Amino acid sequence: MSHIAFPRLDETILARRAEIVARLAAILPPECLIADESGRRAFETDALTAYRRLPLAVALPRSTEEVARVLRLCRDEKVNVVPRGAGTSLSGGAIPQEDAVVVALTKMSRILEVNLRDRYARVEAGVTNLAISEAVQPEGFFYAPDPSSQLACTIGGNIGMNSGGAHCLKYGVTTNNLLGVKLVTLDGEILDIGGEAMDAPGYDLLGLVCGSEGQLGIVTEAIVRLIPLPEGARPVLFGFDSVEDASQCVAAIIGAGIVPVAMEYMDKLAIRICEDFAHAGYPLDVEAMLIIEVEGSEAEMSAMLARIGAIAKAHNVKTARESMSAMESAQIWKGRKSAFGATGRVADYICMDGTVPTGKLPEALMRTGEICASFGLRVANVFHAGDGNMHPLILYNINDEQERNKAEEAGAAVLEMCVELGGCLTGEHGVGIEKRELMPRQFTDLELAQQKRVRAAFDPDGRLNPAKVFPLGERAA
Amino acid sequence: MTETLKPEREAEVVEAVLAARLAGTKLDIVGGGTKTGLGRPRSESRRLSSAALSGIAFYAPAEMTLSAGAGTPLAAIEAAIAEHGQMLPFEPMGARALWRTGAEPTLGGMVATNLAGPRRPSAGAVRDGVLGLKLINGLGQAIRCGGRVMKNVTGLDLAKLNCGAHGTLGVLTEATIKLAPKPEAEATLIVSGLAEPRAVELMTRGLSSPFGLTGAAWLAPRMGRDVSRTLLRIEGFGESVDDRAGRLAALIAVFGEFVRVTGEESAALWRSVRDAEFIAEPRERAVWRVSIAPSRAAGFAAGLGDTALAHFLDWGGGLIWVATEASEAAAAAIRHAVAAARGHATLMRAPETLRAAVEVFEPPSAAAMRLSRAIKQSFDPDGVLNFGRMYDGV
Repeated sequence: MSHIAFPRLDETILARRAEIVARLAAILPPECLIADESGRRAFETDALTAYRRLPLAVALPRSTEEVARVLRLCRDEKVNVVPRGAGTSLSGGAIPQEDAVVVALTKMSRILEVNLRDRYARVEAGVTNLAISEAVQPEGFFYAPDPSSQLACTIGGNIGMNSGGAHCLKYGVTTNNLLGVKLVTLDGEILDIGGEAMDAPGYDLLGLVCGSEGQLGIVTEAIVRLIPLPEGARPVLFGFDSVEDASQCVAAIIGAGIVPVAMEYMDKLAIRICEDFAHAGYPLDVEAMLIIEVEGSEAEMSAMLARIGAIAKAHNVKTARESMSAMESAQIWKGRKSAFGATGRVADYICMDGTVPTGKLPEALMRTGEICASFGLRVANVFHAGDGNMHPLILYNINDEQERNKAEEAGAAVLEMCVELGGCLTGEHGVGIEKRELMPRQFTDLELAQQKRVRAAFDPDGRLNPAKVFPLGERAA
Repeated sequence: MTETLKPEREAEVVEAVLAARLAGTKLDIVGGGTKTGLGRPRSESRRLSSAALSGIAFYAPAEMTLSAGAGTPLAAIEAAIAEHGQMLPFEPMGARALWRTGAEPTLGGMVATNLAGPRRPSAGAVRDGVLGLKLINGLGQAIRCGGRVMKNVTGLDLAKLNCGAHGTLGVLTEATIKLAPKPEAEATLIVSGLAEPRAVELMTRGLSSPFGLTGAAWLAPRMGRDVSRTLLRIEGFGESVDDRAGRLAALIAVFGEFVRVTGEESAALWRSVRDAEFIAEPRERAVWRVSIAPSRAAGFAAGLGDTALAHFLDWGGGLIWVATEASEAAAAAIRHAVAAARGHATLMRAPETLRAAVEVFEPPSAAAMRLSRAIKQSFDPDGVLNFGRMYDGV
């Protein structure tokens, strides 16, 4: 692949830019519309920073009705729309183009209702992931999915990408924790999908919308499940001399009927990078490390950790360290959750998100190393071992055009390997623009056509988040 | 006379669908046929059964993942995974009590109906446990949805869309599901004699606790006992169940005395809840499954008055099983009450005449209906597959 293409710009839209901005200005107050170049600059990319395109304008609606008005206008004017939350997408899911209007939900960040009796919160889509948990924590509840970017990323973006996180081994990903959404279609129609009850009637539109990368409509509100906080949680660090032992330890734990809340894997390079940054006390003399977290009462955690410890021992664990305090636990997680940021201090990187069956992890790790070495690149591996969701960070120099191409090629080869091993291209980051052209590696033409027909049921002209998810084909510039 | 096709291979399913499409006929799609009494009645002359697409294709206990043909009997799957100490996390509802067909429930039927049991609040529905599906759409095309890994956001989630779609979007040929460790032990605390509102409070207290309840149900008086029973279930490793059950007991002491049952006695109780056995008789009654916010459960049930001939609660009050007269008037009363309580209802069992006269599934909003029809079109433009089983035109 290398060098992600953008579709040809719609010249008629560019020519009418001033007119379109004027129409937007007629339906939005001045503080809800950004049209000047420096203002738009802040919306030209997301966390896939190698790619940037200025949008035509940025709308910052304050209500569902304003979103509906903007969408109706865009449909009438035949303008593309790029929905945006906090812009933390690693796959370019929020990257616009010069002929598209960005609709950013950042002004819609209120928690509308907390209902502890029915254990849900109704929130606006622009609320951050962490804000939900913070709001209900004093009452003994939390919102389970916890992507690494949870301080910044919004629930709307989480729904778009069906985000996961470290703790989804036990609690599931966004789609398993969502009860309902308010969705605005391109026609400006407002749909309530799902609700306060656990099951919804008819086709599972909620399941369909979750992970649809903003191509079916714009989610303006969500009803999310709240889960009682566990009495306690404790991570333990295990260091291994071999990747095989670490991987087989994960399989053996699950095989023994134990599902910890989290099982995170880090390789030698990742351990060093994160330790340098977070000083979490990670062992530096091992090839692989697992962070395994259990929850429950003191007695339960001790019993569970004893069982896990015995399994680790049987798999030649070299160092084992149980967290002895809340502060130590926080340090251990800080190291893991800052993996991307810490790596960014060392080098530029692209973060892959392929998933493989957990039984194939040792092979996938070995081949990832081989692929990157063949391009002369370094790779750090941090990932969710319990569910096989890999995150190889391929290090490169962004100012070296050739090396950037190599990194993208290596990334593509890693993802193809994931598919070949029975996995998929993306576990939780989404396809975006990044993995769009790889979709035919996982799906047949007929399967992609079926997905596109479902998308067309919502948006026949493909105006919502265009040039994402599906291969560009002949539309490339 | 209904002719039943029983394809043994995917290619034969394709042939059958293409032939039907060409001839302009419609197909009844069934798995084991245990739940054919659920849905709007249809009288097609051709039935396509996935029963012969049977067999476990892949089972990796250490990955907690299994793939099997859509026609594989659930009993066979449950037996195979039990050998490795695993189970289906979502506790699929059994059809025997309600429909009494005597047939074998299959994996495909389980996916198509998405009927999860008491573990739903903690373990999710069938749709949450389905990792991937293979199906043949109404154009005779083989479509794979999802995959075999736990986390997958590659393209649209057509696997979820097909869960609970009652075979209207595709003929399921294979499903890959997520399994869970079978708990080493289970304990159920039973509090007797609570009135319904108080029982909902108790269940809410339990489900809001950190003790990890995997079941919370209320059985009305004369459902196995003279007095009502409120059931709270805890599962897991032996030492953990003892620990949590002890502390749960302390937490709920204000609700009255309780008895604790374990092992098979507890398991049998929850099987009865799962299969709605308590309201399966008398057979001539209609049976409804109502989804609602738990805090509105008691009010909803009280509001039904004489319409509800019997009812009980599962999911902490989030699921209400109601038996009514099999009449249009009772159906109208249920729909009215459900709308007021912002819930929704499915007519699970009723004579064909009633299922033809009233909506079986909750009617969606006009906009959702338009989208549902468009989605149906995208999979099955000629309406070959279970046409009209869920809604008119779907």
